[in-house]
Amino acid sequence: MAHAHESNTKRIWVVLVILSLLTTVEVVLGIIKPASLHLSSVLGTSPLNWIFIILTLVKAYYIAWAFMHLEGEKKWFRRSIVWSAIFLICYLVTLVLIEGGYLYDTLSPLVRW
Amino acid sequence: MEANIAVPTDSKDTWSGGGAKPFGASYGKMMMWFFIVSDALTFSGFLAAYGLTRFKFIDSWPIADEVFTHFPGLHGVHAPMYYVALMTFILIVSSVTMVLAVDAGHQMKQKKVAWYMFATIIFGIIFVGSQAWEWKNFINGSYGAVKTTDGKILQFTKDGHQIALSDFVHGERQDHREQHTRKNGLWFEKEGTISQYSVAQVVNAYKADPSILVRSELIDMKTKTKVVLSREEGLKQLAKTKMVVEGANLKVNEYGNTIFADFFFFITGFHGFHVLSGIILNIIIFFNVILGTYERRGHYEMVEKVGLYWHFVDLVWVFVFTFFYLV
Repeated sequence: MAHAHESNTKRIWVVLVILSLLTTVEVVLGIIKPASLHLSSVLGTSPLNWIFIILTLVKAYYIAWAFMHLEGEKKWFRRSIVWSAIFLICYLVTLVLIEGGYLYDTLSPLVRW
Repeated sequence: MEANIAVPTDSKDTWSGGGAKPFGASYGKMMMWFFIVSDALTFSGFLAAYGLTRFKFIDSWPIADEVFTHFPGLHGVHAPMYYVALMTFILIVSSVTMVLAVDAGHQMKQKKVAWYMFATIIFGIIFVGSQAWEWKNFINGSYGAVKTTDGKILQFTKDGHQIALSDFVHGERQDHREQHTRKNGLWFEKEGTISQYSVAQVVNAYKADPSILVRSELIDMKTKTKVVLSREEGLKQLAKTKMVVEGANLKVNEYGNTIFADFFFFITGFHGFHVLSGIILNIIIFFNVILGTYERRGHYEMVEKVGLYWHFVDLVWVFVFTFFYLV
């Protein structure tokens, strides 16, 4: 084990508080759904959705760095994990979502409501 | 040469990879991380497929906070999101107790590790139980709807709120339709539970009460709410009714698109299965801690490795929560 063995209890509690706060913000926004954020559109989806996605990524960062202790691993070990995963996921999601939009454009004119 | 030859050894270091530690990480820890990367890609595949399907049906996808509205003890109260928020919080707390166990392991405090592991297991069990309850509500359904011959779900509203079939259809089912079991029909066939009301009964109840409106699956993109049809339009749609739908399963779904239910079962089910295996791993490690295995081994790295898996399960839930319930 590369990292030192001192206690990190304080850091753990701080991260718990951050994660709880972020979740609370998400839930409150999800329940209220302010019209200005929910019904407008920025870069393909509503600003509310962007807020959710960004807060989720922030939460993921804290879980991976603090709880899974990526911050204590060697730099290139961390990068071999994080960069591979992020590249492949972005690649997959981009292609698949473009395809989904195409399917909608092609099929929805055929549906009678 | 040496690297390619299996050298008999008594030092039992197969699982630690001997003395070689690339990146300063032990063999077990590194492999756990690479497993997590591959598992993350599996989950991404599911969520991406969910995204594709949602984009494909972007104008008729069910609105999540109209689907998940139950909270234990609050019957009939519209409580969107509260329950999942609670589940999310439980899982985060279990992650914290896990990381505290790892921390205590670094300081070789056996008792503390055991207690934190125990807490993690309990929170994990509560989470799986909550998920089971969520599934139960989803499967049983809350309102009921009808499905038309062209595969669309029609729901019913009154005064702007969705109402259950039992709120406006009265009396028992009258067409004497009975469930086909192995006892009363062909012995080699049976069917699922039949709906509480017949199609004709629902349509007649709609005709009888002018305050009932039909809600279609279509989303009005300006207000992001489901389109409510006029009385005449509703009647025209109801004329195409094929079946009464109560609840959701892999074939029909009273909340809208069937594939929404399929993804719900598949993604939360796959995640729940991960939580379950995490709990089992935690229990095994918990007993090892109590028995003093890691005390004798001189380090608690095993707790750390299982902890990685447990945090990963939490990490995945953060994404499932966002993409299934919020976005």
